[in-house]
Parts: sequence; C-alpha cells; structure tokens
Amino acid sequence: MDFLRPTTWQEALAAKADRPEAVPIQGGTDVMVEINFDVRRPPALLDLTRIAELREWSMAGGHCRLGAGVPYAAVIEHLGGPLPGLAQAARTVGSPQIRNRGSVGGNLGAASPAGDSHPPLLAAGAVVEAESRDRGVRMIPAAEFYLGAKRSALEPDELIRAVHVPPATGPQYFSKVGTRNAMVIAVCSFAIALHPRERRVGTGLGSAAPTPRRAYEAEELLAAELDWEAPLDPALPARFGELCARAAAPIDDVRGTAAYRVHAIGVMARRTLTWAWNDHLEKRAA
Amino acid sequence: MRVTFTVNGREESAQNVWEGESLLYVLRERLGLPGSKNACEQGECGSCTVYLDGVPVCSCLVAAGQAEGRQVRTVEGLAEGDRLDPVQEAFVECGAVQCGFCTPGLVVQAHDLLSRVARPSDAEIREALAGNLCRCTGYEKILDAVRLAATRKAAR
Ligand SMILES: Cc1cc2nc3c(=O)[nH]c(=O)nc-3n(C[C@H](O)[C@H](O)[C@H](O)COP(=O)(O)OP(=O)(O)OC[C@H]3O[C@@H](n4cnc5c(N)ncnc54)[C@H](O)[C@@H]3O)c2cc1C
Ligand code: FES
Ligand code: FES
Repeated sequence: MDFLRPTTWQEALAAKADRPEAVPIQGGTDVMVEINFDVRRPPALLDLTRIAELREWSMAGGHCRLGAGVPYAAVIEHLGGPLPGLAQAARTVGSPQIRNRGSVGGNLGAASPAGDSHPPLLAAGAVVEAESRDRGVRMIPAAEFYLGAKRSALEPDELIRAVHVPPATGPQYFSKVGTRNAMVIAVCSFAIALHPRERRVGTGLGSAAPTPRRAYEAEELLAAELDWEAPLDPALPARFGELCARAAAPIDDVRGTAAYRVHAIGVMARRTLTWAWNDHLEKRAA
Repeated sequence: MRVTFTVNGREESAQNVWEGESLLYVLRERLGLPGSKNACEQGECGSCTVYLDGVPVCSCLVAAGQAEGRQVRTVEGLAEGDRLDPVQEAFVECGAVQCGFCTPGLVVQAHDLLSRVARPSDAEIREALAGNLCRCTGYEKILDAVRLAATRKAAR
C-alpha cells in the first residue's frame, strides 16, 4: 500500500488523476474501520488532512462554502446559526471523538444512505463542489449526488473540495431514530427546511431508501397548500407525513424493519413540520 | 514507511510502519506505549482515546501516516513525573477503576472536558463521555470521579 500526502489541492487532484484507485482519507472514521477489519485493502491511501484549506469555511455569494474536511465539531461550534439543520444532524453523529475527526466531506464520500449529513443537505438545497485535474470543477446538487447504496456521482479521478449550503432563511429541523442518543447509526432520519421567501419547504429522508432522498410530492403539497401567514391547517401535517412516508422505500435490516421505518418517517415528518411552523409563526409575531 | 511525531513532548520515530496501520498500533506495538487500549478498533469504545494536536480522537481511526509531524499526547503523558493528574487521582480514589481497560480513554476524555469546562454539569459529563464504554463500573463512580476532579482542579 502507498501513503500519499499531498499538501496542496493541486497536488491532491494530480495524485487522484494519476492513481484513481487511491482511497482519499480525511477523518478516517469510515476508511480506517474498513482497513482495521480487512474489508478494504486499497492500493493507496490519499491523505487529505495536510491540505489546510479543506478545513476552512466561508460565506461567499450568498452561500456557506464548507470545506470537505471541516469536522462535525466545527459545524456544531460555529455554524449552528446559518446551517441549523446540518448542525443538529452533526450533534447526533457518533461521539465527541468521532465528531472531532469525522467530516461532512467524508460523509458525502461514503454516501451511506444512513449518513446524517445527507437529509439536511437535501432539505437545504446544498450543492457539492467536486473537482478533477482533467475536467475541472463540477457543481453537483445534493439531490443528484446520491446514486445508490454507498454510490455517488463522484468520478474515480474526482475529489470533493467543498459543499455549498444556502444559509437558513427559516426554521430547520433534523430528527433521527435510534436506540441511544449517542453512537447510533440512524434507523431512519428526517430533515425539514422552511424557505419562507420562496414559499417552499425542503425535505430529506435518511436510511429510508437505497439513497438519501427528498420527498418531492410532500414538498409539492406544502408549496401548493401552505398559508404562510396562518397557523397550520390541522389536517396538513398528517397529509405531509403520509406523503413523506410514501417517498420512503426502505428495507428490513438489523436496525429496523421496513414497515417501522415507513411509520417513523411519517411521524418525524409530521412532528418536524409542526416544530418548524411554530418557530416560523413565533418569528413573524416577534 | 517511517513515521515521526511528538509523543508526550518527545519526538519519536517508528520504522517499517505499514501504510494502513493505525496510530493506536504504532503507539502500543512500536513505541512501547500500551496505555491506550485496543478494544474495538472501530471507534465505538473510546478506550484508545488520545490527544492529536490537542483534540481527543480515537487513535484506532487515525492512520499512522496522518500523525506525521503532529503532537500526540497519551494517558502516559498526563502525570507530572510521579504526581498523577487530578483526573487520574480521582479515578483511583472514587473506585472508578475496576478491570481498568476503559480507564485510559476515559481519563483522557475527562481531562479534555475539564480543560474546556471547569465545572461541568452532569449532563455535560455524560455527553463528553458518551463515546467511552465501561463494562464494569456502571458509570456512577466514573461520574463521581469527574466531579471530584473538577472540584480539585478548581481549588488549585
Ligand atoms: C463509532 C462511529 C460512529 C459513527 N456514527 C455516525 C453517525 O452517527 N452518523 C453518520 O452519518 N456517520 C457516522 N459514522 C460514520 C463516519 O463517522 C461519517 O461518515 C463521517 O462523516 C466520515 O468522515 P471522515 O472524514 O472520517 O471520512 P473518511 O473515513 O476519511 O472518508 C469516508 C469516505 O469518503 C471518501 N472521502 C473522504 N474525503 C473525500 C474527499 N475530499 N473527496 C472524495 N472522497 C472523499 C473516503 O475515500 C471514504 O470513502 C460513524 C463512524 C464511527 C466509527
Ligand atoms: S479501540 Fe478505538 S474506539 Fe475502541
Ligand atoms: S473498569 Fe472494566 S471496562 Fe471499565
């Protein structure tokens, strides 16, 4: 095995172009588990932790640009204001030690249907900035990034440089079902983001289908029927929950059954919409 | 490959390190520092917790090469000579150590908590230690130890 240690982004792109089979490693919280358990023996590891810019974030062009290597701990500490949904999800990841190392970029690279970053990124309308030496930058909307279980739109010579997330203009919530508060891979999860200026609501389902996904019909229902000035029509959360549950296509596995997941998605959708709407009305009243 | 980094204030080098090896393995098997324990190798138990550039991490999930040139502090580096750190003292006094396998990780993690939060609430202690498993004590004595260490550190 080779251990490649680029110190600049250009060097990293060149290394990945020359050795597409090299496995990038940031926090290592996915990669090292696989190596320790002999699930994976890559011919080369491409260590990205020496590239300082990957751990930076900035506000530019109306978006928060989050470097691929920013650990969850930094998202929680610094970005709860502009990215409340992602920060809430980050708080539920693993343990403090895992949150000190694990990154949103690594979560995207792994593209697990259970990854906790994905639902809030989908709900917020995030865009992944991928780059290769030979073809340059590609901006991939989150909704087009996840292609299958642990499969993403990333090409073998591409690396994730950052993810661009629009700062919240309304309430956002993340909800996750698991057996404990810490150290839990989601049985299933749900994220909601209210976009009051666009009179639109974004959704994201986790661990409820082969890929993280949006509940498009549920989003359309709210776009058509929500009265943004008024309390929630009491029938609406239930209908929203049903459509979100219908967007799920889960499987039975060790963490839960498909039927339970469908049910739980409906419940989380109903609850998070109610929480978000209460916040929305409070803010209007204030 | 060869990996060189600072451990507990001293520069150390390990030779013939396999590229897929973990920092935990290097510490225990190549540098003679078996304080950090190997229990799960998958980030679940926290018994391998060390400081990497001042931040507590599971050393089983750090690739050895990622530690090159960095600062590592293990449980062996907390005491000052023969004088135990208040966290270590409190663990001994409170009966927070039974088989002791989880202890090094818990001590490092609690040490980090108290360096950030002088008088943590019980909720903060539980949150900080959520990634450290103990099969013996039932955790109550560990909470006692962290509270006692906080009191002692504050009194210093
Ligand atoms: C104990 C434990 C608990 C966990 N709990 C959770 C949890 O609650 N929720 C959750 O979502 N996840 C959890 N995880 C999984 C893991 O922590 C996350 O997926 C994390 O976001 C991975 O980030 P990383 O930086 O450690 O990634 P790495 O392990 O370094 O990389 C992950 C993947 O992404 C690829 N990659 C990394 N960086 C790039 C890049 N810049 N460009 C292209 N590809 C890249 C890697 O090649 C690899 O395939 C847990 C893991 C452990 C060990
Ligand atoms: S051995 Fe590293 S967390 Fe268990
Ligand atoms: S004292 Fe035995 S595992 Fe904690």
